[in-house]
Amino acid sequence: MEDSDSVAVARVKAGDGDAYRALVDRHSRSVFRLAYRMTGNEQDAEDVVQETFLRAYKQLHRYEARASFGTWLYRIASNYSLDLVRSRKRHPQTALEESAAPGEEAGNAIHGIASDTPGPDRLLFGDEVQRTVAATLGRLSQQERTAFVLRHFEGQSIEEIGSSLGLSGNATKHSIFRAVQKLRRALEPLVT
Amino acid sequence: MKHPTEEQFVLYYYGEGAEIEEHVAQCEACRAQYQALQRVLNSVDSFPVPERAPDYESRVWAALQKHDKRMEKRSRWLTWGWRPMFAAAAMAMLVLGAFFAGLGWHKSAPVQMADNGVRERVLLVAVGDHLERSQMVLVELANAGAPAAGKLDISYEQETAEDLLESNRLYRQTAARNGDVATAGLLDDLERVLLEIAHSPAEVSARQLEELRRQIEDRGILFKVRVFGSRAEQSSGNTNSL
Repeated sequence: MEDSDSVAVARVKAGDGDAYRALVDRHSRSVFRLAYRMTGNEQDAEDVVQETFLRAYKQLHRYEARASFGTWLYRIASNYSLDLVRSRKRHPQTALEESAAPGEEAGNAIHGIASDTPGPDRLLFGDEVQRTVAATLGRLSQQERTAFVLRHFEGQSIEEIGSSLGLSGNATKHSIFRAVQKLRRALEPLVT
Repeated sequence: MKHPTEEQFVLYYYGEGAEIEEHVAQCEACRAQYQALQRVLNSVDSFPVPERAPDYESRVWAALQKHDKRMEKRSRWLTWGWRPMFAAAAMAMLVLGAFFAGLGWHKSAPVQMADNGVRERVLLVAVGDHLERSQMVLVELANAGAPAAGKLDISYEQETAEDLLESNRLYRQTAARNGDVATAGLLDDLERVLLEIAHSPAEVSARQLEELRRQIEDRGILFKVRVFGSRAEQSSGNTNSL
């Protein structure tokens, strides 16, 4: 996978724009998964996918094959997800207007996962553990959620996460610990 | 060995605390504690992500291509079109500042104190957006890989920094006039870093990039911007409830 990514990157850098499609094909689903876990919102996750590939294309001349293309791409995706979540928090009114589908209660659209009232997506979870996981992740601070998602789901190292979030190694570890503590408090009664 | 802490258990779960392995194997209480943590963290994997359609990749590609056709127009707008908008936003801030200052001049002391609070929150929220853009430029530079050979093109960051400088000056002056010393100080620090970036060559060597990073780190500017961001978020919440 990494080799074929390098080949595709080299072709794009050499001017073959269509070679970028191979990278989109290989990574778009995993970028969506990461973005959804970080934003908790399907539409936001779609925006992240689009913006990530646009940014990556624009900055491809900066990519040096020391890290894998995937790692580099997920870093762009996680940074953009973080920006999006921050801006949603800063402009809650705008986000509500933009996110609410016709007939949908606006509060659910923006709070999505964190909301106590199940939305259509959450009804599909069907299971108390899944609902509790989703609700607890939704209640974490942005920093805790990002650090935890990158560590737990993406397997990134403390150093990589700290670098993306601009945090020291200790601060990154503490964000993850706090997230785990909150999940533990919420889930332990259900799973033990 | 002492019983591991909760933090050590978490690190161990993620494959980073091998030193407690033997203890966990031998100590029944710790093993039970670790297994409880395992059950919790394993259950997190059940967090569902909505499935995408089988042709998802093709749809993403088609949307990117569609976007690409608009890129030329968009990039012209990005490089030039938003400058007047920034200037207009900053002007609006100055007018707002003057307006609030005028109100304060004629009011009695308790009302004036309330005005001061509102004025500070309005400024905080407006500056928050400006700082978010600035932060993106700084993070890009702080995280850019050093060029292995040759130079790194930072023309995009340089151009953005140049444009941000204009609004930064106006926000700083407004903050100073309103007596918001903390915001004015932060914007003053940011201005120096933005100036450095704007005055750097469009292509920098590894040494020049390192120098820029040092400037960013020495001033602790990213940390300060994040702290300010938290204040702006809280303030945004307060403003909405007004």
